[in-house]
Amino acid sequence: MDKIYSRNSKNNNKLNPKDETIGFILNYSKALSVISYKKLKFELLLN
Amino acid sequence: MKQQLISDATLVSNYIKGDEASLEVLIKRHKQRIYSFIYSKVYDRDVSEDIFQDTFIKVIRTLKKGSYNEEGKFLPWVMRISHNLIIDYFRKNNRMPKFDNNGEFSIFSVLSDSSLNAEKSIIKKQVEEDVRRLIEELPDDQKEVLVMRMYNDMSFKEISERTGVSINTALGRMRYALINMRKVIEKHNIVLTN
Repeated sequence: MDKIYSRNSKNNNKLNPKDETIGFILNYSKALSVISYKKLKFELLLN
Repeated sequence: MKQQLISDATLVSNYIKGDEASLEVLIKRHKQRIYSFIYSKVYDRDVSEDIFQDTFIKVIRTLKKGSYNEEGKFLPWVMRISHNLIIDYFRKNNRMPKFDNNGEFSIFSVLSDSSLNAEKSIIKKQVEEDVRRLIEELPDDQKEVLVMRMYNDMSFKEISERTGVSINTALGRMRYALINMRKVIEKHNIVLTN
């Protein structure tokens, strides 16, 4: 049987954002609320 | 597996209704594609993280404000946002270029140390000493005018008052002093450059 000399690139699963970045985005989403008043929209960021 | 069955459109709709978990599913489903796309343009992990984060902050704000029109194109929409942010990043960087000294351009080719190094300061001293010796060889009247003008920084009016000769005579002595010095320099091939 032929030997496979090539190796799978280790970079394949490296191109992902850091967990901290995703954690930040999810927390931002939870903290942000938009309040509508008539035609106006207010953003509220509650940490 | 169950996650894959729920369409992006449903997840977006659930998220708008207040289901935060839907956003997590959306991010995890598309993070690699979006992040790879950003990285393929900027080739910098930290910048990619920043742009990825800013992309989703924009996505969240748009969704929560209810400004998003679902047309079954969630991913292309997010990619378009990240694409615009990448353009913004390059525009900002062009206005303020970074000098990281990795490429062909080196900041040190622009900046230079104006102070003389040891060799040059020795040569400067030698040249000054040679010039002093040449001055010593001049006739006294010429030497007097030249020293007053060059070393004491006096005007020809002041020199004429001090030496008791007219300004024209002082000017003439200065001229002859320089001519005589040049003659000696040429005759003896003296090098007076640093």
